[in-house]
Amino acid sequence: MTEPTHPNPAPPAVSARDVSIELGGRAIWSEGTFDLPAGGVYAIIGPNGSGKTTLLRALLGLVPVASGELSVLGTHPSRGDARIGYVPQHYARSIAHAVRCRDLVALSSAGTRWGLRGREQDTWSVEAALRSVGAGGFADRRLSQLSGGQQQRAAIAQAIVGDPELVLLDEPLANLDLRNQQEIIELLDELRVDRDVTIIVVTHDLNPLLPILTGAVYLLDGHAHYGAIGDVVESELLTHLYGTGVQVVRTAQGDLFTRSIRR
Amino acid sequence: MSTVQFHPLLAAAGYQSTWFHTLREPFMRNAFLAGALVALAAGIIGYFVVIRSGEFSAHALGHIGFPGATGAVLIGLSPTLGLAVFCIGGAIIIGASGRHVDERATATGTILALATGTGILFSSLAAKSSNTVTNVLFGNLLAVSSDQLAMFLWFTVVLLLVVAVVARPLTFASVNPEVAEARGVPVRLLGLVFLVLMGLVITMAVQVVGTLLLFALVVTPPATALRLTARPLRVVTLAVIIGLVSVLGGLVLAVMFNLPPSFFIVACSSFVWIVVLAATRGTRSPH
Repeated sequence: MTEPTHPNPAPPAVSARDVSIELGGRAIWSEGTFDLPAGGVYAIIGPNGSGKTTLLRALLGLVPVASGELSVLGTHPSRGDARIGYVPQHYARSIAHAVRCRDLVALSSAGTRWGLRGREQDTWSVEAALRSVGAGGFADRRLSQLSGGQQQRAAIAQAIVGDPELVLLDEPLANLDLRNQQEIIELLDELRVDRDVTIIVVTHDLNPLLPILTGAVYLLDGHAHYGAIGDVVESELLTHLYGTGVQVVRTAQGDLFTRSIRR
Repeated sequence: MSTVQFHPLLAAAGYQSTWFHTLREPFMRNAFLAGALVALAAGIIGYFVVIRSGEFSAHALGHIGFPGATGAVLIGLSPTLGLAVFCIGGAIIIGASGRHVDERATATGTILALATGTGILFSSLAAKSSNTVTNVLFGNLLAVSSDQLAMFLWFTVVLLLVVAVVARPLTFASVNPEVAEARGVPVRLLGLVFLVLMGLVITMAVQVVGTLLLFALVVTPPATALRLTARPLRVVTLAVIIGLVSVLGGLVLAVMFNLPPSFFIVACSSFVWIVVLAATRGTRSPH
């Protein structure tokens, strides 16, 4: 599961050459040189404030690249690229009582168009997106009436409704219990296989994602690096990354996980 | 005058036996039409107010209109014109002041206090503006002139046309702003458009229920509707119906008892809200 199931004739989903990012004149990180081959699942990891979300926003064209060459799906990142789906972190909390799951998804599909006229294929693609994430049963409920796991499914549905090639998720596992984390991870893996999308996940916890990850971009000491999954999960690197002791354990079944060590 | 005997309590409350006759007076036609237009406009913009958590901005815009109206009287202009200029100008200033809600709340609150203070200053400088002050603070639907009615009509037409164009992207930008921004929707511009439209509606609503009672027309009906349904079109439709029932019902009651319409309009809309709140408590309806 950790390797893409087919060779990659397509260009990389993301390609960075010596990219640096600044916010308000302050350097966030620099020297980002990596390729993320299409069809994989990638994590963006790093300590708080290291610029993980900023990297996502750069991929979305919302934050300009200060220097270097960043390309997403073969072009310069630009706002409004319908080939990219996005699940932001703080999902619609304040208005959750006012919006139905179905409307959230429908707006993501038709909300970019002016005027009142609807299109039939919109309804159809909304239904398809709701079905793919298993949200058919609660599509007519308000977001505030959904559990955390269901809300995350709704958020993923609105990200995939336009049939994107790349889906970016910001901390999709935060605030979920273990079972819901597992379900969301299985869902992401299904989406990658069934819809042939590339998935990039910002996360502060690598462990739950390890079974499906292809590789990870780690933001460390103001620089962005890429490692295939076997290389990233290495005690010394993770210890350095989080500034606390991290041990990498491989179980008898071959599962990989990390744990912090108290000193 | 009348030979019919009424319950003493009704008589004590100022019950007017000629109320049905009064309803057919020409000035009542203006009041009914103006009230209906405001209910329609407030129901539509109100949906966006509640899904954007813009209640505070709505409240503040009403207050910002106050010095506009009293200032216009001071320099010899129509208070309605001053009201419109300040409400819409205020909307633009609030919209341009900042993108974070907290930041905007501080800006809004500061402008609100400044506006109310300036309004008091203007009204004390203008010798005979006390009537204007009462009308702006509490509204007077019975005093709507044909000119005002024409303005209500134009404002409502503009609102309907603009909303027909922006409804979907504005809803997207309201409920899912980060994704809307990423998808190329002009989120900030739409926020400004929304505020200007709200300025139009508030200019109208102030003349009906006044600055101090705005909430009952612009926020209460859509908030009530939202407890019953979350489907956007149904929320708007229900909010318009609740607004119409409140304004028209309030107007009839005001004529019946010869008391200010503003009170009855606010009372009707609050009554519907309380009933719906009690009926839906604990059972948040899925549809």
